Amino acid sequence: MSTSVEPVTQSNTAPWSHEPLLKVEDLKAYFFMDEGTVKAVDGVSFDVFPGKVVGIVGESGCGKSVTMKAILQILDPSARIVSGKVTLRSRLNSQDPNSLEELVDLTRLHPNSRKIRKIRGSEIALIPQEPMAAFSPVHTVGNQIMETILLHQDVSKQQARQIAIDVFRSVGISMPEQRIDAYSWELSGGLRQRAIIAMALSCNPRLLIADEPTTAIDVTTQAQILKLLRRLQEERQTSIIFITHDLGVIAQMADEVVVMYLGMVMEKGPVQAIFKNARHPYTQALLRSIPSVQSTPRLKLPTIAGSIAHPFNRPAGCPFHPRCTHFMRGVCDASQPGLIRVAEDHFVSCFLYSPESTQPAIPSTEKSL
Amino acid sequence: MSDGIQPLEKQTHRISHAPLLEVRGLKKYFPIYKGVMRKLVNSVRAVDDVSFFVREGETLGLVGESGCGKTTVSRCILRAFAPTSGEILFREADDRVTDLSPLSRPELRRFRPQMQMIFQDPFGSLNPRMTIFEIISEPLFVNGLRSRAERTDRVADLLKLVGLRPEYMQRYPHAFSGGQRQRIGIARALALHPRLVVADEPVSALDVSVQAQVLNLMLDLQEKLHLTYLFVAHDLSVVKHISDRVCVMYVGKVVEMASTKELFQAPRHPYTAALMMAVPVPDPDQRHIIQDLPGEVASPANPPSGCYFHPRCQFAKDVCRTQTPELREISPDHFVSCHRAEELQLAGIKENKEQQH
Repeated sequence: MSTSVEPVTQSNTAPWSHEPLLKVEDLKAYFFMDEGTVKAVDGVSFDVFPGKVVGIVGESGCGKSVTMKAILQILDPSARIVSGKVTLRSRLNSQDPNSLEELVDLTRLHPNSRKIRKIRGSEIALIPQEPMAAFSPVHTVGNQIMETILLHQDVSKQQARQIAIDVFRSVGISMPEQRIDAYSWELSGGLRQRAIIAMALSCNPRLLIADEPTTAIDVTTQAQILKLLRRLQEERQTSIIFITHDLGVIAQMADEVVVMYLGMVMEKGPVQAIFKNARHPYTQALLRSIPSVQSTPRLKLPTIAGSIAHPFNRPAGCPFHPRCTHFMRGVCDASQPGLIRVAEDHFVSCFLYSPESTQPAIPSTEKSL
Repeated sequence: MSDGIQPLEKQTHRISHAPLLEVRGLKKYFPIYKGVMRKLVNSVRAVDDVSFFVREGETLGLVGESGCGKTTVSRCILRAFAPTSGEILFREADDRVTDLSPLSRPELRRFRPQMQMIFQDPFGSLNPRMTIFEIISEPLFVNGLRSRAERTDRVADLLKLVGLRPEYMQRYPHAFSGGQRQRIGIARALALHPRLVVADEPVSALDVSVQAQVLNLMLDLQEKLHLTYLFVAHDLSVVKHISDRVCVMYVGKVVEMASTKELFQAPRHPYTAALMMAVPVPDPDQRHIIQDLPGEVASPANPPSGCYFHPRCQFAKDVCRTQTPELREISPDHFVSCHRAEELQLAGIKENKEQQH
């Protein structure tokens, strides 16, 4: 299965800089369980360009974490990629920034294959959600980071330790020479999260996937981590897929935003378009319903009626239609809308914007936030 | 339960001036033992000399980062914990004021129905083996309502009140979503007509689209039933949304307490200002305003000298390192514990006038 992937094109980096680093096309990952099939990710497409931050935002059960797991091929045993393509511009020599590139379809690689194991960590690195669970408590953090470095780079143990110390320093950990020999439980929440980021950066990946990297930590520490990620991203020109449910964090971090709901992309586009000119009823309602520190106290918030459907009985047609205020009988519950282009780089999956729609398209929320 | 888009009207609710609850000098230390002899080596000062009050009919937001003692305060008030020292003065409907802190379990029984709690985790706080009827009617049964028919009526009323259908009464919690479960938790808290409701992070486990529903429900119920809320949360935007007054805690102490508007527009404590600046604003045009605070929250087992915030405070002077500031009223109804509160000019949060909330 893994050997079928051939290098399609090879060239230097320069002519590629406007090509996506990672291209996800119609990705479908389902869970096959005794109770039935859960279509956790059902036709997701987006591009990640070099040096850009793509934010994937959605509520629980929208498939944002499963998308991440499918890209890295670390899905749970009960889940499988059903169809779709995830094309990575992989460097032939992952440590040489000017190395030749090849296009690799990650979905075609076996989860245990040598190739995907080489890609994980060195080309695509993950910042997991729980900094407490991500480190082994019986090894020092330095040991665990050095393990990654030794696995992906041709260096001696001494050099690996030096790389680990350098990367600790670059993520703003004071006294890196001492901290590197600490155990994860000796570090505070913020330091642990910095150590995780250091581990992810240790092999100079071109793509970072950050899965809710700040949900488990306090707001003042969150601000530190967001600033750090932004600085590292600018210095190293790393691309980041930033997965979160927090629209505030998305607005602060992302260049492009993908809004997901029950395994599907509802809307995607540049961050300005999503926050200032949201077109999908779900995005509009979501933006209206969040309390902001800048809003007036004790005013009633507009809400989205109902709750997110259980993944076993996802509504037919557009998954959002039972909660949508613009629901059109016989249209929205009959078939799924495809992504419709409403502006340059701005796509909406809603029948209100389809050319055949007789309904007038709803006005955009210019002042939604 | 589908409340749809609400008309954007201003809430009106009555706040009386007499405090329903007053906490004075509350302390709760948790001992740390070490060795085979269980020698007391130190103690975690989870709550260290906290004083505040809640007026009848208002919402006091208690906000702070993890480890600041906000949950311990709420548990001490409900007397789930026995405080180490301090007074918890509760005013009953007939204006009798009682200090709850020294009372024994039998003595507390009279007060239990008057103060109820809404919990954080809607999945952990409902017994999966009890039906919704059993969950909501249990407090009624315990407090002497033995007739099943009466209890059924009351539970049906309560379910309607929180926006659930009474037919759901015989179902088990697993059949409900997080937001619906939180409504069940609210119905249970309201079953005995409490006067004080302590809500500990009631929306932090919910999805954003459901958060707004529960917050609106809490505002509605407050108006309808003339409830008093102590709303404990870490999320400043949620606290701002629901509170009349806000009390900010840091490492077991109150650092600032003022009306919501004043606190957010003109904070007087550097920690409050830093906390507000750290909140990510959902507006890509305002990326510059996010500011971080150096360092980490101090450990309540080993707090710094003087003002607990001084190692992270950019305005710290010598006096801050040696003397612990007292909470004092610097303008009417605005309490701050900072040595330099008068001289500092701190930036608050501008209210977004264009916003249609």
